[in-house]
Amino acid sequence: MEEVRLMKGNEALAHAAVRYGADGYFGYPITPQSEVLEELEQLRPWETTGMVVLQAESELAAINMVYAGAACGKVVFTSSSSPGISLMQEGISYIAASEVPALIVNVMRGGPGLGTIHPSQADYFQAVKGGGHGDYHLIVLAPSSVQEMCDFVWLGWDLAFKYRTGAMLLADGLVGQMMEKVVLPEPRQRRTEEQVRQQCPWAINGRKGMRPRNVITSLELVDEIMEQNNLRFQRTYREIEKNEVRYEAINTKGCDYLFVAFGSMARICQKVMEVAAEEGIKIGLLRPITLWPFPSKQIKEAAAGVKGIMVVELSAGQMVEDVRLAVECRVDVKHYGRLGGIVPTPEEVLDELKKQFAIGK
Amino acid sequence: MAKIKGAVTVNTERCKGCNLCVVACPAKVLSLQPKEVNNRGYHFAFMSAPENCIGCSSCALVCPDACIEVYRVKIDE
Amino acid sequence: MEDCIMDIQDIIKPENQVYKKPSLLNDVHMHYCPGCSHGVVHKLIAEVIEEMGAAEIAIGIAPVGCAVFAYNYIDVDWIEAPHGRAPALATAAKRLQPDKLVFTYQGDGDMAAIGTAESLHAANRGENIAMIFINNAIYGMTGGQMAPTTLLGMKTSTTPYGRRADLNGYPLAISGLMAQLDGTCYVTRQSVETPAAVRKAKAAIRKAFENSMQGKGTSVVEIVSTCNSGWKMSPADANKWMQENMFKKYPIGDLKNV
Repeated sequence: MEEVRLMKGNEALAHAAVRYGADGYFGYPITPQSEVLEELEQLRPWETTGMVVLQAESELAAINMVYAGAACGKVVFTSSSSPGISLMQEGISYIAASEVPALIVNVMRGGPGLGTIHPSQADYFQAVKGGGHGDYHLIVLAPSSVQEMCDFVWLGWDLAFKYRTGAMLLADGLVGQMMEKVVLPEPRQRRTEEQVRQQCPWAINGRKGMRPRNVITSLELVDEIMEQNNLRFQRTYREIEKNEVRYEAINTKGCDYLFVAFGSMARICQKVMEVAAEEGIKIGLLRPITLWPFPSKQIKEAAAGVKGIMVVELSAGQMVEDVRLAVECRVDVKHYGRLGGIVPTPEEVLDELKKQFAIGK
Repeated sequence: MAKIKGAVTVNTERCKGCNLCVVACPAKVLSLQPKEVNNRGYHFAFMSAPENCIGCSSCALVCPDACIEVYRVKIDE
Repeated sequence: MEDCIMDIQDIIKPENQVYKKPSLLNDVHMHYCPGCSHGVVHKLIAEVIEEMGAAEIAIGIAPVGCAVFAYNYIDVDWIEAPHGRAPALATAAKRLQPDKLVFTYQGDGDMAAIGTAESLHAANRGENIAMIFINNAIYGMTGGQMAPTTLLGMKTSTTPYGRRADLNGYPLAISGLMAQLDGTCYVTRQSVETPAAVRKAKAAIRKAFENSMQGKGTSVVEIVSTCNSGWKMSPADANKWMQENMFKKYPIGDLKNV
């Protein structure tokens, strides 16, 4: 049954996973996302759905458990925050190379290094440009509400299994920690082994009926075959780019200025738009929901008649590069970002917009 | 009294001529081909003294390439 | 005496066969150097799985190192792990599929250097897996560099004048550590250089696999092995050198059996 609850983004994520029929979670505590593991341990899904929950010895171990779980055709995920995600890049690259479906959640905190435990969006490059070694992409979903923390768990797995690829839920500490109303979806059954065998014939689950053996590996020493493997990955990515771009456009028609922002910053930008409207400044917002594939075409279209674009991020300027590419430098693209875990106020953002575009001068 | 007689076959293409079977054989049955080589250039093992074989499987047990198969018969005298 | 002149072809008949290549060992050329211990251990694993009737439930986790291609040779399902992470993969594969027979195959670098954390923690959790650990005291695949288990004084390409404790630390007998963990039920050190040793090693692998299916916890079977190419010896000389040198630091026998 559906259920309406008030909870943190991180908690909603845990509930969403159990309700999806997840087979396993493997993680290591790190602020600001430890509630995911804590909530799962509270829920004890192994007693109800049979889901495995395991606190690993490190993020490195956790992502490799996810790698194996995914290789077994199981619905598995891990969650961490920026430094932990850096440690996971090895396993993520193997997941991409082995074409197995897995969900990785990054509730971002400020970096680099140990950085801060406060919110950030500075892992954008790491998430959308690869992060680990080799030519690969993850599908990157950016939730901006507790509801989306819940919904994108489902979407993430759906897409991961559809394309046999890794999907990352790229949240920031703010979305992970804030409490909101959330509608939790009706629970689904975990898949049986028979269903896994049918839906994922490549899965590692033993040679039942002495079927030919399955091998999940990322290694290929014959260069010509390795190139073909890479070309196959790229074909999948082109397919994803064609089918899976998601975004939200608010007041983009007839606006004078356009915000491009994701996650919690997109919500702050919405407040800025309200305040600005009272002053007669018409601002639209284009919020990429998939950071990869990036809604370049949609941004270009939304930018057609605007005087300028401001990309607002909790970083020194990362997504702004993709926005500039999207509009092919035909529109003036400015950036505003706060660093070190600081989240700007709506007033601050509006002042910055006015200053950078010399509005009212 | 019953007597044990054995024989082995060597998968000559699998064999890498490592000589471990020769060393392991308690009856000095096996040798490496002194001149002949297989497709990969290895001097493969063969029964140079087949009459001594007791079918004990020592050679096969230590063979890293699983190229030796062993046969054994009991003969009543 | 008639039997002495018995024709070989009369002996080589299916009904007289007492030893054959296990059918789970694929009929492909193994890339290992001549005389490599890996081949023997592969054969034993294939035999044990076959004799247990476990081919339909067996899942191997291959390492990085010479044995990376184990998945080409033993005809069961495999996942190829990042270097050192095999125990983490095995943990998930087994927990998510408790009815499967899950084992890792790891070298000394995998088990005792880059994957020490994963190996010890999987064992410490008492994961119901078997860990087959090949200790040949050298990094074979990358060209003979020092391993965590390289003996003091032993020459490798990264210890060309011999391993020195003050420069390189001491050889790590990790099975001893494993034996101290509450999660392990069986830790044993075996070798495969003689027919008798091969028989014992096979029994140890069988026991480890059975333990994993009986939910007894983690079993570790260390195979003290040779790398004759890396050691720059003939296979037979490598076996002798192993007996004379390796067994002192890594004595053969059970370290734990509960």
